[in-house]
Amino acid sequence: MTIASAKLEIKPNIIDPDGFYNELLNAHEGLSEAQSTALNARLVLILANHIGARDVLSEAFRLAKAAGTPS
Amino acid sequence: MTHIFEIPLYPYERSVDQDSAEPAHHQVVVVGAGPIGLATAIDLAQQDVPVLVLDENDRVSWGSRAVCYAKRPLEILDRLGCGDKFVEKGVQWNMGKVFFEDRQVYSFDLLPEEGHKRPAFINLQQYYLEQYLVERLRDLQAEGKPIELRGKSRVTKVAQSGERVDLTVETPEGPYTLSADWLIPCDGAASPIRALLGLDFVGRVFEDNFLIADVVMQADFPTERWFWFDPPFNKGQSALLHKQPDNVWRIDLQLGWDIDREKEKQPENVIPRLKAMLGEDVDFELEWVSIYTFQCRRMEKFRHGRVLFAGDAAHQVSPFGARGANSGLQDTDNLCWKLKLVIDGKAPAALLDTYDDERILAADENILNSSRATDFITPKSAMSRTFRDAVLQLSEKAAFARPLVNSGRLSVPSTYDGSQLNGADCEKMPRRSRPGSPASDAPLGEAWLLDQLGNNFQLLGINVDLPASIEIEGISVASLCLTTAAGEQSLLAERYLGEAAQAVYLIRPDQHIAARFESYSEAAITQALRTAIGQRVKEVAQ
Ligand SMILES: Cc1cc2nc3c(=O)[nH]c(=O)nc-3n(C[C@H](O)[C@H](O)[C@H](O)COP(=O)(O)OP(=O)(O)OC[C@H]3O[C@@H](n4cnc5c(N)ncnc54)[C@H](O)[C@@H]3O)c2cc1C
Repeated sequence: MTIASAKLEIKPNIIDPDGFYNELLNAHEGLSEAQSTALNARLVLILANHIGARDVLSEAFRLAKAAGTPS
Repeated sequence: MTHIFEIPLYPYERSVDQDSAEPAHHQVVVVGAGPIGLATAIDLAQQDVPVLVLDENDRVSWGSRAVCYAKRPLEILDRLGCGDKFVEKGVQWNMGKVFFEDRQVYSFDLLPEEGHKRPAFINLQQYYLEQYLVERLRDLQAEGKPIELRGKSRVTKVAQSGERVDLTVETPEGPYTLSADWLIPCDGAASPIRALLGLDFVGRVFEDNFLIADVVMQADFPTERWFWFDPPFNKGQSALLHKQPDNVWRIDLQLGWDIDREKEKQPENVIPRLKAMLGEDVDFELEWVSIYTFQCRRMEKFRHGRVLFAGDAAHQVSPFGARGANSGLQDTDNLCWKLKLVIDGKAPAALLDTYDDERILAADENILNSSRATDFITPKSAMSRTFRDAVLQLSEKAAFARPLVNSGRLSVPSTYDGSQLNGADCEKMPRRSRPGSPASDAPLGEAWLLDQLGNNFQLLGINVDLPASIEIEGISVASLCLTTAAGEQSLLAERYLGEAAQAVYLIRPDQHIAARFESYSEAAITQALRTAIGQRVKEVAQ
């Protein structure tokens, strides 16, 4: 399997941002903190596999880290 | 019944060296008659290099050790003349099952590639490997090959001075001294020789304990590898069940870090654990029970002048992935032909530095794979456990998660990419057979390609005429000419030709590919051979 190298999409790409966000929160409704953490982990894995391209995933890791670090 | 591990296979006998006025001198001394020391000695003796093996013990190894051997080491054992025995006795398997908590999440078939003489894996107790190697050594002795094995002979002192290595050997009748041109310590992970020479062995200890048991039972579990994560019978931990010959089953139970090791080893604690795993009504007998802590580490360099470390003495891995003995056999495969050429004065001593380069690359690959498996099995933090469990949950529902499950990536040979010994490549030919790679087997009618390769430099010509043999630098290189005409030998074509219509491969004595060309030119082969024997390598100062 070869996956063409691509760039991480950082421009808005979700057609229905409010609906998506709502669905994300709903998915965690009623879950304990541990269950939520587990759900997030499964989501990360599913989405990462969907993306596939290793360089895009690495870029996503960098962005996620940087965004959580005060500059 | 007396077990093989209880019989002295090479009992102590007084040697002439003990009565000699001057310390006796040997060309090569191997310390340790474990699988790696024995394989080294056999390889050298097959090439008529005189070799003496010293071991502090006089029998095969004790306790639960290697069970799982991959195809490449089996091919090496073929070259050493004892592959058949080994494969006939071993158990072949292809299926594996993964369980999480109370259920099976998926199963897999290794789907070994067709067209190889040897299977992807066999399981066999390490004591059989050692027994068969000792038997091979005895056969070589009977043929008059220069190989000697001395039991109850412990090396207690080593000193290296310029052109030789001096040793002191302790025996039941007291010590004596020896000297050698070359010393090959294969004295295991705790290597006393390494310690005597004050050499490093750094790496990582995994903070976990594993109960490893070999049990004898008449059970109808299939011949499969079963791995459990967090099963009801070993909550929060892992477990492994794998079949060996003679109705012996290997069981690994992860115990965690803070345990009382002595207490856990007692039968009254072990038996209930095993019953919970195997079922209350299964009758079994314990062959071995040990508790291990695993480590991944290696020496910074394997060559120290005239001292060449191999096997566990040089590098150690956790057993997840079955890479210990497997990689040790590949060390000897790499080392012995190089040493032979250096001893014969046909190659510069710098060739031995490439043993370091090539096998350190392999050791690092093994350490990486084995560390990753251990990290998956023993999550180091709450978050790594969360992801591990997420992978396992998903693996039941979605195929994508299965390759992320890591209960040991089973040993595959290293390709020596970037080795200084590699010569010309040809882009049209398949990547798997590029310079540095181990030659892939292929069926040749009733015969096998790998059975025709090894022990010497060789030319493999496919659909091309080659001289029967050429002599370069005093090394004779014989040719093997094959054709793929009329759709015959399609696997040979697939593995060696690719888009090329014909090919010439220069193959090393360890069956690794040195260089490849589309057509024959004596000048090009000469250059490739010079490269492959280290003429371009600059020796590292020792
Ligand atoms: C639980 C477990 C499972 C494993 N499973 C696998 C597996 O499935 N597949 C695999 O490939 N590997 C496996 N291994 C690893 C494998 O057992 C080792 O890699 C292998 O034994 C290494 O062989 P060796 O010859 O280098 O060293 P050893 O087998 O340790 O032999 C060293 C020898 O040196 C001798 N010696 C030591 N000091 C001296 C001295 N001063 N003088 C003279 N002699 C000396 C000892 O008596 C011994 O005979 C496993 C290991 C364990 C513990």
